[in-house]
Amino acid sequence: MTTEASSETEVKENAEESAAQPDQSEKATQETQEVLNTEEEDKEKGKVKEKEGKDGKGISRYLPTWLKKQKSLSQTSPTKETPPTEEPTSKVTEEEEVSAPEVNGHAEEAEEKEEVKSEPVKEKEVESNSNGSADTEPAKEEKLEESVQTTPEEKKETTKEADVAEEEKKGQEQETQAEADVQEGDGQTSIFQSPFRLVRKPKMKVVVCHVTLLDGTDFSCEVEKRANGQYLFFKVCEHLNLLEKDYFGLTYKDTHDEKCWLDPMKEIKRQIRSNNWQFSFNVKFYPPDPSLLTEDITRYLLCLQLRDDVAFGRLPCSFVTHALLGSYTLQAEFGDQEPDQPRPLDFISQQTFAPNQSKEMEEKILELHKSHKGMTPAQADIQFLENAKKLSMYGVDLHRAKDSEGVDIMLGVCANGLLVYKDRLRINRFAWPKILKISYKRNNFYIKIRPGETEQFESTVGFKLQNHRSAKRLWKVCVENHSFFRLNAPEPPTKARFLTLGSKFRYSGRTQAQTRMASSLIDRPAPNFERTSSKRISRSLDGAPVISITEAGRDTTENGHDPNLELQSDSKSQMRVHGDNIYVRHSNLMLEDHDKTQEEVLKHQASISQLKRSFMEAPPPSPPQPSQWEKRLTSSPASTIRIQQQQVSLEEEIASVLLSRHAGLSASEASCSIPDLTLDAAVTTSSAATPEPLELLLSIPPTLSSTEVSVPQMETASADNAISDTKEPAKTTEVEIEETVVIQEVSKATKAGNVTVTSNSPVGPPAEQESSEQKVRSDEEVVVVEEENQTRQESVSSESESEEEAEYHPNVTTSISNTQIPEEKEEEDKLEEEVEKVEPEVLAAPAPSLPAEISQPAEETPQEEEEPRKETEEGMKDEVEEKQDDPETEESTDDPMLTPDETPKSFVPPEVEEEEQEEPKVNGEASAVDAEPRPHGICCSELPVVKTEMVTISDTFAAQKTEIATKEVPIVHTETKTITYEAAQLDGNGEGEPGVLMTAQTITSESLCTTTTTHITKTLKGGLSETRIEKRIVITGDCDIDHDQALAQAIKEAKEQHPDMSVTRVVVHKETELAEEED
Amino acid sequence: MAGLMAGFGHYTHAIVRGIPASLAKEALRTNQAEVDLDKARTEHDAYVQVLRTRLGLEVVELPADESLPDCVFVEDAAVVCGDTALITRPGAESRRRETEAMKEALTDLNMNIVEIADENATLDGGDVLFTGREFFVGLSKRTNQRGAEILADAFKDYAVSTVPVLEGLHLKSFCSMGGPGLIVIGSSDPAQKALKIMQQMSDHRYDKLTVPDDLAANCIYMNLPDKGHVLLHCTTDEFPESVKVFEKLKDHMLIPVSNLEKVKLDGALTCCSVLINKKKPDN
Repeated sequence: MTTEASSETEVKENAEESAAQPDQSEKATQETQEVLNTEEEDKEKGKVKEKEGKDGKGISRYLPTWLKKQKSLSQTSPTKETPPTEEPTSKVTEEEEVSAPEVNGHAEEAEEKEEVKSEPVKEKEVESNSNGSADTEPAKEEKLEESVQTTPEEKKETTKEADVAEEEKKGQEQETQAEADVQEGDGQTSIFQSPFRLVRKPKMKVVVCHVTLLDGTDFSCEVEKRANGQYLFFKVCEHLNLLEKDYFGLTYKDTHDEKCWLDPMKEIKRQIRSNNWQFSFNVKFYPPDPSLLTEDITRYLLCLQLRDDVAFGRLPCSFVTHALLGSYTLQAEFGDQEPDQPRPLDFISQQTFAPNQSKEMEEKILELHKSHKGMTPAQADIQFLENAKKLSMYGVDLHRAKDSEGVDIMLGVCANGLLVYKDRLRINRFAWPKILKISYKRNNFYIKIRPGETEQFESTVGFKLQNHRSAKRLWKVCVENHSFFRLNAPEPPTKARFLTLGSKFRYSGRTQAQTRMASSLIDRPAPNFERTSSKRISRSLDGAPVISITEAGRDTTENGHDPNLELQSDSKSQMRVHGDNIYVRHSNLMLEDHDKTQEEVLKHQASISQLKRSFMEAPPPSPPQPSQWEKRLTSSPASTIRIQQQQVSLEEEIASVLLSRHAGLSASEASCSIPDLTLDAAVTTSSAATPEPLELLLSIPPTLSSTEVSVPQMETASADNAISDTKEPAKTTEVEIEETVVIQEVSKATKAGNVTVTSNSPVGPPAEQESSEQKVRSDEEVVVVEEENQTRQESVSSESESEEEAEYHPNVTTSISNTQIPEEKEEEDKLEEEVEKVEPEVLAAPAPSLPAEISQPAEETPQEEEEPRKETEEGMKDEVEEKQDDPETEESTDDPMLTPDETPKSFVPPEVEEEEQEEPKVNGEASAVDAEPRPHGICCSELPVVKTEMVTISDTFAAQKTEIATKEVPIVHTETKTITYEAAQLDGNGEGEPGVLMTAQTITSESLCTTTTTHITKTLKGGLSETRIEKRIVITGDCDIDHDQALAQAIKEAKEQHPDMSVTRVVVHKETELAEEED
Repeated sequence: MAGLMAGFGHYTHAIVRGIPASLAKEALRTNQAEVDLDKARTEHDAYVQVLRTRLGLEVVELPADESLPDCVFVEDAAVVCGDTALITRPGAESRRRETEAMKEALTDLNMNIVEIADENATLDGGDVLFTGREFFVGLSKRTNQRGAEILADAFKDYAVSTVPVLEGLHLKSFCSMGGPGLIVIGSSDPAQKALKIMQQMSDHRYDKLTVPDDLAANCIYMNLPDKGHVLLHCTTDEFPESVKVFEKLKDHMLIPVSNLEKVKLDGALTCCSVLINKKKPDN
């Protein structure tokens, strides 16, 4: 863009640090990616700290994750954001100092690209980067790169010193300067750099985007070709002078001419596919109560959308309503009807008010118009909205589908949930709180329903969409609507994890709660805007924005918001956690927990501040870490209890949530400190709290002595090298279970050692940590037990990982507040505890809220003692069963043994032996922990599986068929075949080793989808360190697969790749879907 | 303000119809019962009196038609909401012609008339519960899906959800509105199930008033100027226990109306009138 501007900035910046130069090139080069990541993390961390310090600092906490993250990123180059027409300098300053919504608005900028890049999508990254790097790398860049290497350290220091604000500034300046530099050294610049300097760089490929606005006018703007959706969106909002933008979005027509929402986080280019840069600006989330919007301009835009919706029949309404709405439109656009010179009818006819507008209607409109005399445009808009919002289809986004019986229906996504229509009739409704999971797989769309009062299990309802695209689109809309309307804060996007091929899509904007909060802080004079159709200038009713911040806040609260919620939503991460609290427990054990829950909740509240802090430690979504995956779980001895559970139970989900959360926090922490060796470092850090594991870990040398391609015990049931044809290998389910189990075992370890101590006396921080840990884990144990129960009852499991599916577990927002439903509270507790636990671990510092927590373990203890017992019994049973079922199970026979042994131990005072035994597990967990960069809202995100369960058929009509409602028919029939190949020597003892996900790669051909996941495990065995590589190959496809050949191929490949290793075990697990899909 | 969905329970007019002599012998009934024609007529007169005199509604009384033994149950012939009147297509063949007189009367009242042309559709007004915010349509022996669809088409502003009616003649045989957001519901299993479904299907929250007797759950709610909440309900003679429940409604003007004879023909209180709100367009 403006060179002037940049030089100005430069001058200013020059005075400051010059260390930053590298930033620019750093980003550009693929090699430096890692560094970049770390750097980002550092910054983020710093940011978090800052926030911690200045808690009240305002809006930023209501910002969506991506915004925040972005901010940290983009701070580096504020000038880029500056639209060409404005003076960059002032902008920069503004941004530096104020963290107001506007700033955020700008912050989104071009930077996103980088962000996107750094996202888990490694493959893509590589791809795109390599394109760029095909060009010769300018020498200058290399140089810069070198210097970059040092940067992270510097920054780290800065961070530690904690004057973050300064750091931020620095970052900005650095960036700016770097940019300027690059510009000067122009000849050198290569393509890589382009992403960073969207607007400025003359060489940037720029595309003109055409956006159709709500008033029908066209807005064109230039956008760098690789800009992401958000950039354009913000441009448009800026043009519209719209602050409450979260209700809106951009749509484009995909290649099939279907309307899709432009994902703000993704490159536009990648979404539109065709080269048609044509968009329209639309309302994405219809506010259920438009009167709560802060600005008239927002309401005006909403009106425009609704007028259109009404006029074209998307929002059906009766004759009278058409007339009424039309009359308000007239009033808003043209003001009072002049009695002496009534508007001619043909004037009215030119306006479209209804799909089939009759003369009669026009007369009625005119008649009603008269009655609105004296109404200001804003008032008329309000009246319009007050009526429109009552329409039953207001804000309902309809999608064509078929129910399981092939009957044509419509699925309507709205603020309250999912509606099912047949023709015009509503035949079912699933409120968000009733929905536990939303997923899609190919052209099927599934929702898992919370069991009703009388039912024992969740049921899954499946719908068929026209095709995979529409299923995905529906799924996305659901995810977004749920997040927007029901969560306090968006969940972080999921990261790449083991076997995750599903969509990582999450809603990335602000939620309604956040946007309301943010807009209550809007402090600008109500903007004048022109009503385009009439050229009428609109002055706000209320004139200047009177709302002071506090008042505004209160207002929002009164409007049906639990004040507590707001208060607690300090940091998004925290909110995220609360968001998870939905899951309900139905096990008796858990119910027992209930009583405690109350007290615990109170206690937790005492420690909320602590919680907050701990959450703040969690960095915003950070770059992917290769360790991502939770294999750890996999390889842990925990697999002992092999639950072949097909129906994913809530408990399980909870467990995984907890796990991931935990993992996330520590991991991020770790990554902050040790940029490069993420994994190991992370392990260390996170496990710091637990003495033993730490030791262990440290002692593990990074050497790989013996190697094998082995199947970790974990996988038992399914298969590690599972070459399964068809879409569903059964393993994922197992993985989950394993997760749970792992936790469990760990907890036992802790338990044995510490329970007694903790419960009795408020000792030091460590004790507390452990106790809380313990508690959490004990909960999870319960979970496991329960799952086992369920396991027996359900079979038929399937899982799949293809790009064509994804899941989403809706979380309830409501979070911490006491007002929650008991069930939720329970969850909450766990989560909170989890958090608390994590915090101490991470910080290794005493927590203020100790006393509150300490008592918990005591309460917990009896329960814990019981649980293991049950677990054991059940575990055994299960194992027996499984053995029958699964040939592979044999392998794990040793594991089962562990369980019984351990159980008694948990009652007994700690034994050295036991501890030793546990250590590896702990490690396992620790690594698991680190694998996860940050807390995850959604457990489902962890589990890339679509579990096919018993699907209740004809659920669409379930409501109607009250009597048959219980009839369940499995929708997917699968045939399972398992082939196991084992090398002579098997290392079967269940030591859990921390696993490292090396690669996860998916190749999709026309009919097959092959996923290879490589996982490296290092174990310390009698002084020897052993490395196992386990590979999981999943082949999914519609056609027949010769599994023998596939097996041979897999072995061959493995041998080729690791000539010095031996293949110890190969398991082929084949699942065939018997039922043909009707399309 | 002439807002959408304002003024639930506001009525100005009522359409009723006389009892033909054929009622006693020929009117449809689910269980065999002797109906005393005179008693039924007396009962009905009292009912009309309440509407006209006590409540001050403008009552349009259609003459009885001997060829239409069930014609007194006018509710089934039309569904009126706002300015729109949907002339139904009753599920019972013998009752189809009841709509003719009804249509005329509604036309005279200047309603927007919507008729069901579809030969496959059946709809009895007794299966239509309007809550003020939405419709529930019972899918019963008399009403089918298609009928419900047409109703949804006629009243586009509102959500129309279907509810299976497993027992009883009509949806409103065991429920009705007792006030804004208040559903009066019988305590039988089918009634409770139906309520559950309604609650699940709705975006709105409803309170419920459970009465021991399903038939007693059919009452007439109005919100009248000067009178406030008015509830016409069963008498102590019929359902003493249920009356006790109604008596807990402190804010309502409670008017017990006897329905001993008509109930033998599955005729409930709401069955015998079509209530209309003909208000001035400007307020």
